[in-house]
Order: sequence, then structure tokens, then C-alpha cells
Amino acid sequence: MKAVISVIGKDTVGIIARVSEVLSRHSINILDITQSVLSDLFAMIMLVDITTLDVDYTVLKDELEQMGEGMGLEIHCMHASVFDTMHKI
Amino acid sequence: MINTRDILETIHMVTEEHLDIRTVTMGISLRDCVGTDIDAVCQKVYDKITRCAKDLVSVCERIEAEFGIPIINKRISVTPASMICDAITAEDVSPIARAMDRAARDVGVNFIGGYSALVHKGLTKGDDKLIRSLPDALSTTERVCSSINVATTHAGINMDAVARCGHIIKEIAYRTRETDSFGCAKLVVFANAPEDNPFMAGAFHGVGEGECVLNVGISGPGVVRAAIARAGDCDLSELAELIKRTAFKITRMGQLVLKEASARLGISYGIVDLSLAPTPAVGDSVARILEEMGLETCGCHGTTACLAMLNDAVKKGGIMASAHVGGLSGAFIPVSEDSGMVEAAEKGVLTLDKLEAMTAVCSVGLDMIAIPGDTTAEVISAIIADEISIGVINTKTTAVRVLPVYGKGVGDSIDFGGLWGGAPIMPVHNESPARFIGRGGRIPAPVHSFRN
Repeated sequence: MKAVISVIGKDTVGIIARVSEVLSRHSINILDITQSVLSDLFAMIMLVDITTLDVDYTVLKDELEQMGEGMGLEIHCMHASVFDTMHKI
Repeated sequence: MINTRDILETIHMVTEEHLDIRTVTMGISLRDCVGTDIDAVCQKVYDKITRCAKDLVSVCERIEAEFGIPIINKRISVTPASMICDAITAEDVSPIARAMDRAARDVGVNFIGGYSALVHKGLTKGDDKLIRSLPDALSTTERVCSSINVATTHAGINMDAVARCGHIIKEIAYRTRETDSFGCAKLVVFANAPEDNPFMAGAFHGVGEGECVLNVGISGPGVVRAAIARAGDCDLSELAELIKRTAFKITRMGQLVLKEASARLGISYGIVDLSLAPTPAVGDSVARILEEMGLETCGCHGTTACLAMLNDAVKKGGIMASAHVGGLSGAFIPVSEDSGMVEAAEKGVLTLDKLEAMTAVCSVGLDMIAIPGDTTAEVISAIIADEISIGVINTKTTAVRVLPVYGKGVGDSIDFGGLWGGAPIMPVHNESPARFIGRGGRIPAPVHSFRN
């Protein structure tokens, strides 16, 4: 099963490192990353495989969102099927 | 990899534009709950509902968390309760409503629909008992919603039932006078009521439905309004295309939730209802969509045309996005639940007459409209008759949910809070239709209903 993690906010040192650390701790493999920095705004989208996730999905989601709040970033974690369903015919 | 813009668009829809699933409604058949003893029937009703729906709320909450899409309401609809009243020997059947209320409370849903009767051609003993019990049932329960189908295109209009509804609504208004006649918000009078509608207060589990089924009602007025705002001054062909595309995306979300929830609950999946359902939240308004299309205030000339186009485009976009579309499927125009409608009504631009015209081109009908408490039962029945005629002649669903607020008149307002919102008391025409309503009988089915 795949999930999309989006991170939006002010660019700062170590965003990818911190997000990746959480993912690696929970045995999540990163499949793809795109990122862009437009003036100060940082936007990163990660496609990850959550099949091997070692905690409940909602625990991961809460952990990422809370970390985002602490760094002044908006982090969303959603099942990839949401985007597939909505944007592909 | 999915397109970044698409991902950000979806997230923006949820976080900024109120995209949500308005309701996941489980339809439960109560046909196996019949009996002659009312206490035994109540127990069977309670047991069946709590057994079927025990996991409904937890499964929906889980999906909400995993998919990141809010599911605002989890609800239940049941077989029209009058059908299980036929065999009951007791005269007062309101204990069934209270059993439904307890079951709804215990499984954690906020409303349960189906304390209903289908009387478009006539009343059985059970229908009669149920309608008689409505003032008591709706004033002594919190979560129970009721509907009465008084007409179909095939059967015509049961004017005896219409006349009776006027009196029943007045009585419910009186019995719930302490809460601004809130009981009336839980009763809908229908023409051509759909059997798979997931939205309250009119939801019931139709007689052609299976044992247990899941239906989903989508929302999304905020998303449509924002898309129109971004489009700027494009022409109406482009605007229709844009609304279609937006409706497609919203509906896909509903389809995903429906498939997922029904699979996890192990029950068959029913339909996605494509209705644009507003809430009192700022930005989640159908009136604001119409204003974004180019009207100064909802209710001015041009409103019906804008609404017709909106309603049609939403359907065209939504139908392709879902395997099975059903329920009401159209834009809702409740007054109290839509901040834009409330504002237009307060300004006096949006009137009851204009709302009636608007209902000819959308679902559902005269909805959540507060009228003076001294409105006579005959005038209420005549309001119903007018609205129901629009449904019968146009082969569509129409409905009336008016609140003759006890002790209040034009210039006053009501405020229920939450999803119900608040509204000004709107004026009605008080000239008497009593002789017409008093005639009773049935208005015959229109000629175009004879298609065989």
C-alpha cells in the first residue's frame, strides 16, 4: 500500500532529513521524492510504501503532523489511492 | 508518481475549501422485526439496528484518518417504520421511535431516518398510527427523523394526506415550542421520495432495497465556488465544463469512501448521492456559488437559470465518477443551513416564491424555511401542495421542510446552531386556501405518467 506525504512551509535546514528519519524508524521505504522551493516556500511530495509500516497508520500520521507543527510546516499524509481515484479516469 | 499540482489541489480542497464526505448512511431493513406486541417489536428493532451498525462509526473514523478526508456524519436509515406498525395491536406506536433513538445513540450516529410512511395513494392502519404518533415521537426523541411521501408521478397527490400534514406540522411546532419548533426540522413531506437517499431528514431504507446497504452523500459547495472564482470571467460553456470537472473529482472521493467502507463492513454498496450539500460554515454555501457565477444576491432574477446550469453540470460530472448514482443527486437549497441563503433572505431578496421556482430545477424543495408561527394549517398544506405538484409534474423529487416557529413572526429569527444553522422568519401569503385544501381526495396522476 502506498501513501503520499506532502510537506509545505518555510524552507529551513533539515526538513527532508527529519521526515526521512521518522519514515526509516517505522520501516517505510521512500519510492519517490519531488521538491521545489519557490522564493521561501518549500514544497515536497514523497511517495512511500507503507506495507512494511511497523506501527498503526494513524500513529505515523499523527507523528508526522505533530513534527510539522513543531517546525512550522504543514505535513499531510494520505493514502495514494485518494489521488489516484480523484485525478485518474 | 502522481502530478504534484494534483496532490496540492486535493490537499487544498480538504484544508481550505471544505471538501468532505457529508454522510455515510447505512440502510437497514426492519422487515423481519414485525410482530403484534409493541414491546417485542421495539426490542427487535433495537437489536437489529445495533447489531448491523455496531462498527459503522469506528470504520468510518478509521477511513477518515487513513484517507485524510473528513466524514462529517455517520447515519442510519431504516425501512419506513409504518410497515412494521401494521401488525402491532397497540394504538400508540411512538415507542418504536424511542427504540430507534436509543439504538442510534448506542451505536454513536447522530441521526436515524425512516420513521416514515409512504401514503401517496392511501393509508394503511400502520401509516395512520405512525402519522398520528409523529408529534409525540419527534418531541420525545433526539435523533429520529421522519418523512411522509404524499405523492408520486404515477399515483398523483394524496390531498387528504397533504391536508393532514399541515395539522401535524403545526402540532409538532407546538410540542417543540421550547426549542423554536425544532421538531419540524426532523420531518420532510415528499413527492417521489427516493428509496436510497442518504441525507437527513428524508433518508429511509426503501422497500426495494436489500438487507443492509451503504450509501454515501458527498458535499463540496466550497470547492465548486472556489473553482468558479479562479476561472474569472469565462463564458458559461467554459463554466459548465469547469463545474463538471470539479464535480467529477468530488464524486470520485465519495465513490472511494463508499467502496472502502462497504468492503470493511462486509455489506453491499449502494449509491453515491451527488448532492451539493451546504453547511452554515462560511464558504460552504450553494448561494455563494450562484453569486460567484455572477449574481449580486442569490434570489435576484437569473437565480433559477444559474441554479439549473449548476445542478445539471454537477450531475454530468458526477455520473461518470461513480458506478451507481442515486438518492437525491442535485444541489440542495436549504435556507437555515446555508449562510448565503440566510443573508439573501434577510435582505428580502430571496423569498418563498423564488425558492419555489428554484426547486423546479434542483433538488430537493422548500427546505429548512422558518415561517410565522401563526401560519394556518391550511396555508402550510397549500405550500406543500404547490411544491409537491412541481415534483409530480416534472417527475422529480420535491419536498417540504418548513418550521412554523411557535410564538415568532416576520422580523424574528431562529438559531439552532451546528449544521442546522439559523434563519429569519420568512413571510408567507396568508390569503386562505382552506376551501381548496378542505376538498380532500386525490389529484390524479399527470398524463405523462402513463408510459406503458
